[in-house]
Amino acid sequence: MSGPSDFQPSHPALKWIERRLPIMGLVHSSFVAYPTPRNLNYWWTFGAILSMMLAVQIATGVILAMHYTPHADLAFRSVELIVRDVNFGWLLRNMHAVGASMFFFAVYVHMFRGLYYGSYKEPREVLWILGVIIYLLMMATGFMGYVLPWGQMSFWGATVITNLFSAVPYFGESIVTLLWGGYAVGNPTLNRFFSLHYLLPFVIAGVVVLHVWALHVAGQNNPAGVEAKTEKDTVPFTPYATIKDMFGVSCFMLFFAWFIFYMPNYLGDADNYIPANPGVTPAHIVPEWYYLPFYAILRSIPNKLAGVVAMFGAIIILAFLPWLDSAKTRSSKYRPLAKQFFWIFVIVCIGLGYLGAQPPEGIYVIVGRILTVLYFAYFLILLPLLSVIEKPRPVPNSIADDVLAKTGGKSAPMVSTVIALMVAGGLLVGGSLDARADDHGTKPPGQKWSFSGPFGKFDRGALQRGLKVYKEVCSSCHGLSYIAFRNLADTGGPGYSVAQAQAFASDYKIKDGPNDQGEMFERPGRPADYFPSPFPNEQAARAANGGAAPPDLSLITKARSYKRGFPMFLIDFFTQYQEQGPDYVAALLQGYEDKAPAGFNLPEGSYYNNYFPGHAIKMPKPLNDGQVTYDDGSPATVAQYAKDVTTFLMWAAEPHMEARKALGLQVFVFLILLTVLLYFTKKKVWANAH
Amino acid sequence: MGAAAAAWPFISQMNPDASTIAAGAPIEVDLTPIASGQDIKVFWRGKPIYIMNRTKKQVEEAKAVPLKDLPDPQTDEQRTKPGHEQWLVVIGICTHLGCIPIAHEGNYDGFFCPCHGSQYDSSGRIRQGPAPANLPVPPYAFLTDTKIQIG
Repeated sequence: MSGPSDFQPSHPALKWIERRLPIMGLVHSSFVAYPTPRNLNYWWTFGAILSMMLAVQIATGVILAMHYTPHADLAFRSVELIVRDVNFGWLLRNMHAVGASMFFFAVYVHMFRGLYYGSYKEPREVLWILGVIIYLLMMATGFMGYVLPWGQMSFWGATVITNLFSAVPYFGESIVTLLWGGYAVGNPTLNRFFSLHYLLPFVIAGVVVLHVWALHVAGQNNPAGVEAKTEKDTVPFTPYATIKDMFGVSCFMLFFAWFIFYMPNYLGDADNYIPANPGVTPAHIVPEWYYLPFYAILRSIPNKLAGVVAMFGAIIILAFLPWLDSAKTRSSKYRPLAKQFFWIFVIVCIGLGYLGAQPPEGIYVIVGRILTVLYFAYFLILLPLLSVIEKPRPVPNSIADDVLAKTGGKSAPMVSTVIALMVAGGLLVGGSLDARADDHGTKPPGQKWSFSGPFGKFDRGALQRGLKVYKEVCSSCHGLSYIAFRNLADTGGPGYSVAQAQAFASDYKIKDGPNDQGEMFERPGRPADYFPSPFPNEQAARAANGGAAPPDLSLITKARSYKRGFPMFLIDFFTQYQEQGPDYVAALLQGYEDKAPAGFNLPEGSYYNNYFPGHAIKMPKPLNDGQVTYDDGSPATVAQYAKDVTTFLMWAAEPHMEARKALGLQVFVFLILLTVLLYFTKKKVWANAH
Repeated sequence: MGAAAAAWPFISQMNPDASTIAAGAPIEVDLTPIASGQDIKVFWRGKPIYIMNRTKKQVEEAKAVPLKDLPDPQTDEQRTKPGHEQWLVVIGICTHLGCIPIAHEGNYDGFFCPCHGSQYDSSGRIRQGPAPANLPVPPYAFLTDTKIQIG
């Protein structure tokens, strides 16, 4: 379709360049004059959305790499320091972490679109296979990126996934040792994953160039599935496709920004705010939501090797799609049976995703097996069979005919599929949230927090009182090692002045040194010092507390969560409910019972708590009425203490939350305006093309 | 030939380096603090090793199981050292996908893996779930009655 360009620059300098490197002609013929089918719908804008997402991921990733330390002992802390100390570090980190999910969301839409409209059929087989390669590379990149923060899920996800290769007969163990660079997942593994995670996006970019090249050789497919024949069937890429893509991208950015600014942790796992610990496996190991369907296939098959083969097979099978489906009609619009089975297949995939997040027991295993069989049956039995027995409806003669036939404006199916997809996506995501935390504890009651919702702000009084509770009660056992005294004077924090923070710091004795004599010494704290931890190391903390080390509280409100269940997680997406952690912490502090209920076997040295998973907690009841004196007249009750200290800990976990929500509002105002303007521009540009 | 030889350093560098191998040297463990029915977890080569002082009941259960009931048949004698039958030393890494099983849980008085539900008996043998093999026994020897060397 894109022949040699007849583009001729007018400026002599540009002419000089163009004769030696015809790059402007290339751009002009590919992105300006390039003829694009005039009947493309919005599903076709996801190509542009994906290009944008790749650029966003590379840009934010390169910047994050400038601040990140790929070492097993330092990685977790370095990520937290990016979020806390680097200017706009929280924004870049959220963009990158949420961006990965958005990238996969967009690629799934893009793939299902290709599946529905038969975009893999002759002459676009190579184009499709290049797409499958990009998808595989994305999966590898996404997996290795998830390992880098070196939280519990990072570590155990890496362990489970690398162990997949141990299923290879004879060489399995050697391959796994080779991947680890050690005898277990450890520092060498983290180092090489970082290196590869940096490399692969550029490989993806390279394959994307091939993908676009192949696309421009074969020409775009379109909803009618008939090739463009005459001028009347196409419109030039610019301005028509450009403006439409820009509108699509702008809508997508609204969706993206919703997560970045208002629910950055919705798609993540609370366990990943706990530093990696090779000695403790989390109760549920769940991959990121975009891998869940394949994880479900892996677990459905009782034999280890067969499970691994099935999982990889489920992806590789896509590359053979052009030959499995040999039906002449491309678009499912004209294939009554294929159309219905396509939607069943979508439901099967989402169902597998949901099951991938559930514990592998009982009914989930059985349903998982049925859906796995259906997944493969779609490709191996159904599509080849349909190509033989299905009687397609007649396709339009040309794209122009197709456009004329539907000028009545049939937008309803599009809207309903968008809604169906949103619900389905929510279900998938929610499934992964479902698997979080433990289900042995009672569900904590929801509290009203000053910091919830899009306009939430910390209650300064509560922060100051909470600090007092932490200092007088919690700090005897729990550290707060990510908070420095200077943070107390930060904007969006407890609202102390720099002098007050300095005075607060000087009350502490900080170990420093060595001095000129080579000895360690103690000095008064400075604003730059971090809160000292009560125990020198984890072992000492464990030994002093009956075997259970009191966790550091800096991230506790983000590292704890509980099961929300269906349909709450869907509602949460719209209400921006993010306070599982604070609800849990506040409930735990008030959830002590003097006597365990009859029949409950409370181990010695433990206390009964309604909300602690398993109910037997090693921490004695920490708060009692009147224990801490408040100067501002707030009631000195356990309920008030719990609320204040939880507010304080929420701030400690995310000191820039107010900045995040404030910037979010500005971004939303801008994006909504931009989207509206682009919509009307698009309408104007397309007015004479419809 | 030349290309393959040139590729070798690029592949070989991925294997454990000299310091990692050196750190994987044998370790000695004193068994005196472990009372009957208790276990400890030590790390060797970055892997958790369970050392379990089994009760009489656990040993008898392990010996009583007919071999044909086991997915990966091994007798308890093959997995322990003669004269020290109460001691079970196994690598605490689930043979399914590498999680760490929890000791003294599950239906077989042994180990339970929280990730995908594999259950091991009091001899560390797989009894139920997706794991294909028994918990491996690391190379070890009794130096004295109360001290072992792992590795």
